Amino acid sequence: MTDEVNKGTSTLSVHIDSIKVKEVLNEGDTLTFLIVSQKLSGTGECPVDRTYDDFEWLQQHLFSQEDVPGIQGVIFPPLPGKAQVNASVKVMKQLGFLGLGEWQPYCTALETFLRQVAAHSILSKNQAVETFLTSSDPPGRQKVKKNIFNRLSQAMVEMRTEGHKDVDEFFQTERDHNLVLTGCTKNAAERFLDVVQTQQKIATASGHFSTALHLCIEPGEDPDKQAFSKICAEFSEVFESMKKNMTSVAENNVSTLGLSLDLESRYQEAEKEMLLRRTCKLVELETSRRNAEKAKPVKKAALEEVRKAAETEFEHICGVAKQEITQLQRSRVEAMKQALVQLCEKQIHTARESADQFNQHLQAFRGMA
Amino acid sequence: MADAARDPPPDRTDFQELEDGEDLFPEPAATQESEPASLPAADISTNSNGPKHDSLFDDDPEDLFAEATEEVSLDSPEREVLLSDGPSPAITPITPPTSVITPRIGNAHDDMFTHSSFDEIEEEEACDSFDMHISVSDPEKVGDGMNAYMAYKVTTKTSMSVFKLNEFSVKRRFSDFLGLHSKLASKYLHIGYIVPPAPEKSIVGMTKVKVGKEDQSSNEFVEKRRLALERYLMRTVKHPVLLKDPDVLQFLESSELPRAVSTQALSSAGLLRMVNKAADAVNKMTIKMNESDAWFEEKQQHFENLDIQLRKLHASVESLVCHRKELSVNTAQFAKSAAMLGNSEDHTALSRALSQLAEVEEKIDQLHQDQANGDFFLFSELLGDYVRLITAVRGVFDHRMKTWQKWQDSQFLLQKKREAEAKLQGANKPDKLQQAKDEIKELEGKVQQGERDFEQISKTIRKEVSRFEKERVNDFKTIIIKYLESLVQTQQQLIKYWEAFLPEAKAIS
Repeated sequence: MTDEVNKGTSTLSVHIDSIKVKEVLNEGDTLTFLIVSQKLSGTGECPVDRTYDDFEWLQQHLFSQEDVPGIQGVIFPPLPGKAQVNASVKVMKQLGFLGLGEWQPYCTALETFLRQVAAHSILSKNQAVETFLTSSDPPGRQKVKKNIFNRLSQAMVEMRTEGHKDVDEFFQTERDHNLVLTGCTKNAAERFLDVVQTQQKIATASGHFSTALHLCIEPGEDPDKQAFSKICAEFSEVFESMKKNMTSVAENNVSTLGLSLDLESRYQEAEKEMLLRRTCKLVELETSRRNAEKAKPVKKAALEEVRKAAETEFEHICGVAKQEITQLQRSRVEAMKQALVQLCEKQIHTARESADQFNQHLQAFRGMA
Repeated sequence: MADAARDPPPDRTDFQELEDGEDLFPEPAATQESEPASLPAADISTNSNGPKHDSLFDDDPEDLFAEATEEVSLDSPEREVLLSDGPSPAITPITPPTSVITPRIGNAHDDMFTHSSFDEIEEEEACDSFDMHISVSDPEKVGDGMNAYMAYKVTTKTSMSVFKLNEFSVKRRFSDFLGLHSKLASKYLHIGYIVPPAPEKSIVGMTKVKVGKEDQSSNEFVEKRRLALERYLMRTVKHPVLLKDPDVLQFLESSELPRAVSTQALSSAGLLRMVNKAADAVNKMTIKMNESDAWFEEKQQHFENLDIQLRKLHASVESLVCHRKELSVNTAQFAKSAAMLGNSEDHTALSRALSQLAEVEEKIDQLHQDQANGDFFLFSELLGDYVRLITAVRGVFDHRMKTWQKWQDSQFLLQKKREAEAKLQGANKPDKLQQAKDEIKELEGKVQQGERDFEQISKTIRKEVSRFEKERVNDFKTIIIKYLESLVQTQQQLIKYWEAFLPEAKAIS
């Protein structure tokens, strides 16, 4: 979901589209990601090593930009969950598609994250982004103290404000819609993951069968034995082909629709968080209005100031939020479209390849005396 | 053809099988073939399968006996020996028009019979080339409750001369098939013919059907059984000797068939059978045969290996089938979730595309199910059949060992008698001497017969194994080709589905 419109306002020194998470290295306990981007100035590549903690550092910096007006209306590009070496079953389950296949989908997800941050008109202006992408030293690991995402109170806030009626129909609709869509997307992603994992099981089982057949091949000159051995050898190959086919089908699923559903899911969470923040601000604003109204003359002026500030902030947030939401709608439709088209094309390609291979095997068998 | 001869008086058959400890017990026994009771004493008794016994002395066999060796008279004790392992299967009351089937008995004058041997039967078969197709169809539930059973229609289409019509059908139930197998096994297994095992009995499966549970699993069960019965019959008739057997012909042609009662699942007969099998196993371990023929040793090892390999393959396929079924379930669930997603989607084109995706996935689910059935019905069942067939083959090898043992026993006995006779020479007991001489003569006959039996069974097994191996190769090839065709078709269907979907996906804007 690259934000095309905002490209021109990036302050980064690298091409956004060139950002690649190339490799992941397993260094003992931690995973280290090799990130490479091309310099705008044309002077070559800019490789950096980053761990997950560095990604979190970046995210914290983005969250803590309190001075940026309307920052709370931003739908922050979602960072994938932490990938661990020898991760527990629970962690792997939470990662879903990202936990599959030797971290390749995970790298793709990180790459998407970086590109979206880099392309975001407001976020890309933060120095932290440039530092993350270009500084040869790992960025500082100190925890950034205050940010708008104080998770501890998040749950409580959610409970109190989720049902709060909105003043703006656009936002009320969006909140409702987000709720429904989040559930559906998550469900679809989980079911699709089940499909992919079963396909992988079939691939493995086909491999085993192929091996078992191979063991049936017996040496010897007895013509009947030879005939049967020949059959086993060729049939063993058939199951190798089946294994390849299933593996391909599963990979196609993951790399297109799988990743897409995963990203959708995380983005919907991000949007939900943004809407919640806005609603909180709304509650704050309404409270400040009431306070100002009921104030005794002594306090009135001060409370009026508070009310005005709240109003301005809320306006900024709404402004940014509306933009973000519109932007999101456009990009997610585009992303889904691409995912579906690619899924289709890849599966057609795989099916054609497999059909050819199976046909070859078929001819071989028909030709056997 | 004496029809009366063909229909075994049921109680006699029962008695028969009890004595012989044959396959009264359904499942494993149906595959492990029935041999005469392992207790050697029973062998020498006058038990002969009733019907066969009768038919031997009906109609034409008289002629065959006339040509037979002079040593064998109809009432001589030798006859008992010859008949003790079950009747000669080579003699059937149906005399095929052009060939003379050699009596196994009385092969002493080989030169007389070289023209009428198994070889010739095979030649006849080649000329009268195998043109027969049997289908088992229209499973129909008859009756209610626990007494209910499934009746299957058995249709035979053939141009072979041994049948009266070109196309005919009968109604049979599962126990009829088991009964047929039981008869064939008792007649042919112990002389070296590989009798195809009948499909296995399944108490669980049948109970569901009886109780009237009309769900997918009981439908699958009936379908699985129907196909298994079809394969069983086809294998049986492909065997040139079994095809001519009167029981087989009766099974295929006659509208009424006496019920095979000894196939009840849990019965005292079954228990007896199990006991006999155990005794058998012990006996087998103590027969140490001096194998003079390397061919047999090698083949025995070969079949042992094959058994292990096939069982492994079978297990692998079952695992594959299981996963495929799982995939089908998961795909269906994903299709539902995609449809829901499409419904909650605002964007019209995306919504439509997602709904289409759901439909595509549903179709793919159907493909997965068909593929799973293919894996299963084609493959897993084939492997299961062969695992059981191999067991029958190994049983036949065991019979050869038993036959050898019998021959050795006779020889040993003869030796003893000769020693006793020598002792009596000196003593003045003309009566006892004469008796000894008589006994010796009898035993000499037995020894000779034992040797002949052994040679015959060895010869038969060689032929059978060769036929079996060829069949095996063909069977597998045929099934594999069918399987590959289905694989290709599945891929082509997938291409069609995705190609239909592509424009929908591209239309999203």
